[in-house]
Amino acid sequence: MMHALVEIAYLAAIVLFILALYWMNDPKSARRSVSAGVAAMALAMAATWSRPEVVHHLWIIIALVGGVVVGVPLSRVALTAVPQRTALSHAFGGLAAGLVGTAKYYMWFGEDPAELTGFRMTAIVVETLLGFLTLTGSLMAAGKLHGVSWIPQRPVIYPMQNATNLGLLLLALAIGVFLIVNPTGSAVAFPMLIALSLAFGVLLIIPIGGADMPTVISILNAYAGLSAVAMGFVLDSRLLVVAGALDGASGLILSIIMCRAMNRSFTNVLFGGFGQVQAPTAAGAEDRHYKEETIEGAAQSLEMARLVIIVPGYGMAVAHAQHRVAELYDQLTKRGTTVKFVIHPVAGRMPGHMNVLLAEAEIPYDDIVEMDDMNPDMAQVDVALIIGANDVVNPAAKEQKGCPIYGMPIIEAHRAKTVFAIKRGKSTGFAGIENDLYFRDETFMLFGDAKDVVGELTKQLSVDAAAAA
Amino acid sequence: MVRRTVSLWGAAAAACLAGVASAAETVSSAEATAQNWSSLSVLVLATFVGLGVIGRVSRLLHTPLMSLTNAISAISVVGSILIAGSDYPPPIRILGAIALFASMTNIVSGFLITERMIRMFKERGEAKK
Repeated sequence: MMHALVEIAYLAAIVLFILALYWMNDPKSARRSVSAGVAAMALAMAATWSRPEVVHHLWIIIALVGGVVVGVPLSRVALTAVPQRTALSHAFGGLAAGLVGTAKYYMWFGEDPAELTGFRMTAIVVETLLGFLTLTGSLMAAGKLHGVSWIPQRPVIYPMQNATNLGLLLLALAIGVFLIVNPTGSAVAFPMLIALSLAFGVLLIIPIGGADMPTVISILNAYAGLSAVAMGFVLDSRLLVVAGALDGASGLILSIIMCRAMNRSFTNVLFGGFGQVQAPTAAGAEDRHYKEETIEGAAQSLEMARLVIIVPGYGMAVAHAQHRVAELYDQLTKRGTTVKFVIHPVAGRMPGHMNVLLAEAEIPYDDIVEMDDMNPDMAQVDVALIIGANDVVNPAAKEQKGCPIYGMPIIEAHRAKTVFAIKRGKSTGFAGIENDLYFRDETFMLFGDAKDVVGELTKQLSVDAAAAA
Repeated sequence: MVRRTVSLWGAAAAACLAGVASAAETVSSAEATAQNWSSLSVLVLATFVGLGVIGRVSRLLHTPLMSLTNAISAISVVGSILIAGSDYPPPIRILGAIALFASMTNIVSGFLITERMIRMFKERGEAKK
């Protein structure tokens, strides 16, 4: 009877998890998603706790309380810090999977080695390998995203890097195969598998730079899901298999979207060392120079415009400029100007990063459009305002064969009648290439901190409005 | 177009995983159980359901999607509770308790931050209080 109840609870949890994800197809129904997820999780936990084999309760309570104590502050971080929080939670997920795999291995190893069948051992090896490499890989990614000082931001490249990584992975796999064939054959094999997985996670992320983070976070998300699937096989739990597969599918889809948006493949992101690519100097580069515009001039153009697009990028997040941008948006829409935000899929440091920041600043999502929907109408845009975006608006991606980002889909802001680009300094973007857009006839630069520049633009607009009234 | 490629990739990934597992199954044919096979078919089906459902998620919501799936994959609590609470030797139960702590952290922070983010998305007219 008890057993049947537990199984029914697990089945209900599976249904609720799928519904939670299904409701994410629209921001309105998404408000139900979290409740469904919480209900599913509560059911699954209560059912598991009530199982007869659970006889010790103290440690469970301590661990749960600890989780709440750490989890609540982690959910209150600033939205600009969401990418590193996400990476950190992938690390926790990996840790949990790795530890459960390890615990199960030693439990069977000590009590009943015959239980370590080939099937279970395969699952344990996959779970441990993925779990621990996700742990260190995600910690590295979180450190890079958070700007921890002793983790280099720029990609770290050394000779024979890919050969070392591949060798390490092959060694780990060889040990895995050894363990599958001969689970109790060696006392050092399993600790070695753990150590290699941990090391591989670090080495995999070290050569990857900031703008590749959306892809990397998505891939780590998929790994965390796959390790949960493997745990499902180890524990013979369908619920774990399903939930893990949902997470894995989500990570996979996001990775593919990110890769496509950069016109690159998985292998290229993971083994490419993108930041080191040197752009061939374009002919006549020496005599190219920026045209600067004053705040007053830019404000005037904005006042005359009927259709304005704003292209936000990571620079907007760094400067925490989203609220100032919203004020500018209000000021312009009040005048009857149509304002659209155009978002590149890889803008920011994780999938959907810009959307969340704009939502935080209370910009209605009706005015957020995707790159592919805006590009065909670009010629009608009077002013394109680029705020802290760089490579995603670089026309070289369309026009210069041989340029490192050639073929990457871009927001074609260069086809707008006038372009204003807000930029902190004269440095190049993540890809290390000059942005052709800045040197075009229709482009004017506004140098300065995104928050300050947007704030001044808004002030100028309201001064002009008062003068006209 | 994107959806089709995604499904192909996902199918390939699930098939690979299932293939590896069933190879291991064949090796250890003696204890090959029907349960293992049914788990594998559950994996393949769940992957397709996942790809279908998540392919339809609004692009606006990709960040909350990631924090939500994060919380969902913390379903590993189920395993952690069993290990921390069963009558196993203490060192093993400690590993389970640490895993439980990590999963619980993800559940709490994952659901709370997803809720916080989703509430921010507003339509025109809804936005200004």
